[in-house]
Amino acid sequence: MTKTENIRNFSIVAHIDHGKSTLADRLIQMTGGLSEREMTEQVLDSMDIEKERGITIKAQTVRLDYKAADGEEYVLNLIDTPGHVDFAYEVSKSMQAVEGSLLVVDASQGVEAQTLANVYQAIEADHEIVPVLNKIDLPAAEPERICTQIEDVIGIDASEAIHTSAKSGLGMEDVLEAIVTRLPAPKGDPDAPLKALLVDSWYDAYLGVVVLVRIMDGSLKKGQKITMMRAGATYPVDRVGVFTPKMVQVDELGPGELGFLTASIKQVRDTNVGDTITTERAGADEPLPGYQPSVPVVFCGIFPVDAAEFEDLRAAVDKLALNDASFSHEVETSAALGFGFRCGFLGLLHLEIITERLEREYDISLITTAPSVVYKMLMKDGTEMEMHNPADMPDVMKIEHIEEPWIKATILVPDEYLGDVLKLCQERRGVQVDLTYAGTRAMVVYKLPLNEVVFDFYDRLKSVTKGYASFDYSIDGYEPGNLVKMAVLVNDEPVDALSVIVHRDKAEPRGRSMCEKLKELIPQHMFKVPIQAAIGGRIIARETISALRKDVTAKCYGGDVSRKRKLLDKQKAGKKKMRQFGKVDIPQEAFINALKMDS
Amino acid sequence: MSGVTDWRKAGFGVYIHWPFCAAKCPYCDFNSHVRREVDQTRWRDALVRALKAEAARTPGRIVDTVFFGGGTPSLMPPETVAAVIETIRNEWTLASDAEITLEANPTSVEAGKFRAFSAAGVNRVSMGVQALNDTDLKALGRMHSVAEARAAFEIARSVFDRVSFDLIYARMGQGVGQWRAELREALDMAVDHLSLYQLTIEAGTRFADLYRLGKLKKPTDEAAAAMYDATQEICEEAGMPAYEISNHARPDAQSRHNLIYWHYGDYVGVGPGAHGRLTLERGRVATETMLAPEAWLEAAERDAIGSAGETAITPEDQATEYLLMCLRLREGADLARYEALGGAALNPARIAELVGDGMLEQKGTQLIATAQGRILLNALLAKLLT
Ligand SMILES: Nc1nc2c(ncn2[C@@H]2O[C@H](COP(=O)(O)OP(=O)(O)OP(=O)(O)O)[C@@H](O)[C@H]2O)c(=O)[nH]1
Ligand SMILES: [Mg+2]
Repeated sequence: MTKTENIRNFSIVAHIDHGKSTLADRLIQMTGGLSEREMTEQVLDSMDIEKERGITIKAQTVRLDYKAADGEEYVLNLIDTPGHVDFAYEVSKSMQAVEGSLLVVDASQGVEAQTLANVYQAIEADHEIVPVLNKIDLPAAEPERICTQIEDVIGIDASEAIHTSAKSGLGMEDVLEAIVTRLPAPKGDPDAPLKALLVDSWYDAYLGVVVLVRIMDGSLKKGQKITMMRAGATYPVDRVGVFTPKMVQVDELGPGELGFLTASIKQVRDTNVGDTITTERAGADEPLPGYQPSVPVVFCGIFPVDAAEFEDLRAAVDKLALNDASFSHEVETSAALGFGFRCGFLGLLHLEIITERLEREYDISLITTAPSVVYKMLMKDGTEMEMHNPADMPDVMKIEHIEEPWIKATILVPDEYLGDVLKLCQERRGVQVDLTYAGTRAMVVYKLPLNEVVFDFYDRLKSVTKGYASFDYSIDGYEPGNLVKMAVLVNDEPVDALSVIVHRDKAEPRGRSMCEKLKELIPQHMFKVPIQAAIGGRIIARETISALRKDVTAKCYGGDVSRKRKLLDKQKAGKKKMRQFGKVDIPQEAFINALKMDS
Repeated sequence: MSGVTDWRKAGFGVYIHWPFCAAKCPYCDFNSHVRREVDQTRWRDALVRALKAEAARTPGRIVDTVFFGGGTPSLMPPETVAAVIETIRNEWTLASDAEITLEANPTSVEAGKFRAFSAAGVNRVSMGVQALNDTDLKALGRMHSVAEARAAFEIARSVFDRVSFDLIYARMGQGVGQWRAELREALDMAVDHLSLYQLTIEAGTRFADLYRLGKLKKPTDEAAAAMYDATQEICEEAGMPAYEISNHARPDAQSRHNLIYWHYGDYVGVGPGAHGRLTLERGRVATETMLAPEAWLEAAERDAIGSAGETAITPEDQATEYLLMCLRLREGADLARYEALGGAALNPARIAELVGDGMLEQKGTQLIATAQGRILLNALLAKLLT
């Protein structure tokens, strides 16, 4: 057990790509956590999907041993966090497990939307904040200007900001010293009953469920019988350890320490992040406040392409949910797609990452249906209901009105792209709330209906600003909207998985665009396939996929048999990636791509 | 029915591939090559040896048909053709009514060899006329004129009992009206058999390059399909209905050799790039020989066959191959045989759906692709088999 005075816990937070994971690399290297040979770039981004995309998705904890200038040995617990807005829950979760934050700001780009969002979260968590100006090796770096910007825009003292290049390793000593001297030591009573915050959990093929904890009071030892206070489950502890970042077993963890435990946990549901772990006997009376539950804002249906794989999907979804508390799921049945899950996400990137992980890590081909937000239905009989799925839309005659969620979006953008951003927000039914300038950058605040943002707002924003805008949002509340359900009929049969809720004024262009998209996405059949968009019984758009006219090969003799058979096998494999609706085969990616708008 | 006897339902044929041509046609993706010099003795010996080796593993069979394809087999020395037929007769039993076909170019040079081919045992020729107008013949890279083709055809008629010829349609710039007229002319000329192929742009050909560069215009899919429909109608009227997608014949004048393929019988493939399907003790195998002429010749001088590999065909694949070949025929495929080959029946719900769509017809155990189904055969098969 380390004395609390010699412990420092901190998260590294920043806007996406400002260099958090690279900074973590250098700190691990400086303190000897990994050898030269074991080191890779962004070593904490351990998932394939993180490496490929170059982004952090999951927060990672590492314990560093550091001998400071004052001659004392310190234990530093670092949490590297993701920068993208969709993973903000990971950041807020991490912040409650530590006492301070390194606020990394790219010295060439300056303050961005998530820089702001993270600072506010850190202040809320009562953190000591150490600003770090990173990437000062870049020719475009302007540390002085960015320093002023931090003070102007965020309003915190940046005079002692540390200048670093996480790439070259410059300034790392300063960072380590600042952690020791400027961040507070954790508090905690080693003799009090055990109180540990369940920060994260995940499934490991060898160890089973692994739980990341932050000890608040008392100590955690191997062999102890522990209770998850809210879940009410009790397990004997098999292992206790820390990440260096390798998993290393220790005898015990004391107040202020971060580490893991394993306990042959069978029920995935027993480990809820934010729960409090105590000892079975003589345990704590009151659990810790825990976490605010995350509120999923985007919902979609996830179905196996092969209906027989539903049980595999269930197991996979359960395991993945263990590792991601911001992802919600419940069984859904669709007339067209059979059994699947209605899943909730914090945003579209989150949705994309989860579905990709399900496909890759669990080898299941999926159909993802159109993303939707949660609508409130106020019924004529005075009742209110939430609708997560357009397919569940009640009879319109019984609805008094529908309310939709709005967000408050903060967008930071260089001057020259401001016009395009305003135009985009306007097109998406936005209402401007604020517009201020910091140097040559504008900060616009808009209120926007979430259903206009959910799908491709972020992509569009990136493309109209050539990637120079940054974006953050928070849920603002519900407002009545003139909303209708638009059904899509393929070959005269409604496909529930393609229905969407749209603003009445947008219904027609949206319907046209969906029909046009589907015309491209659905292959030709032996018969012509009409595609229609309808509101109520009224058709508002239609396209027709012409029938295949002729596809037979002119010549097929003795030498062509093998080739023809192989071709047919390929065609059959292609069909397996499609789902049949009535007589029409619809490719799995059509459900999502049908919604992508070109402008 | 055991797999060993399955092939008997469709007969046994021998295919000989002669890979050489006087010139390469720009649309052709066949295994054909232009060589200034061909060592005729070596080639004849190699073919004879290959036949002997093939006969050694299919002893006692009766050969129903022989087919000389290419390349341009009419460039073969008649002595080689004679040696091949002689070997077949000696090594197996040649049926007394065996159909022995040779593909021929309709030029005067080759017509001059017809009597010798006939004397060697050939009793049917299939002539590559391709078009009945000189401009298009030139564009297709053919070395003959319409007049020359007609003359060669007359000679063939007088020499052989059975004569067929090929035409290519849906050619660059061709319209439906034009094709109708040309087809009527062809039918006037025809004896008992016609092969009518739609032009397809095959990868790796000169036409493919031109097409990519936008220098070759094909009729639209719609126009090409209309030409196909017109072809069916006109030939039907003239008493030469299609018995297969691209083949038309008077009753009893169908190509028996090609029917072996479509009925999924056994056939030996001899010469470079030739494929075979053989039912051996260990089951049905697909055989294939070395593609390049020289490579085959050298390999054949070592192992007699010039093999490029043999693979066992699973029962399921046999059933698929049977279906994809046999549904090309107007008579359709036998569901009982499909099931016997693969060990599983076709999905009745799929059949019912496709019958409902007018793509298939079922008569007893016979499954028949309708006219509509036949021209969409690829899509139909994919649907039927998934
Ligand atoms: N030139 C330069 N590049 C840097 C520096 N630090 C990081 N980078 C580069 O910036 C990119 C992003 O670095 P990451 O460490 O992945 O950034 P991150 O903040 O962890 O990103 P997310 O986790 O996705 O939010 C990588 O290409 C790094 O190599 C630096 O000090 N100088
Ligand atoms: Mg990172």
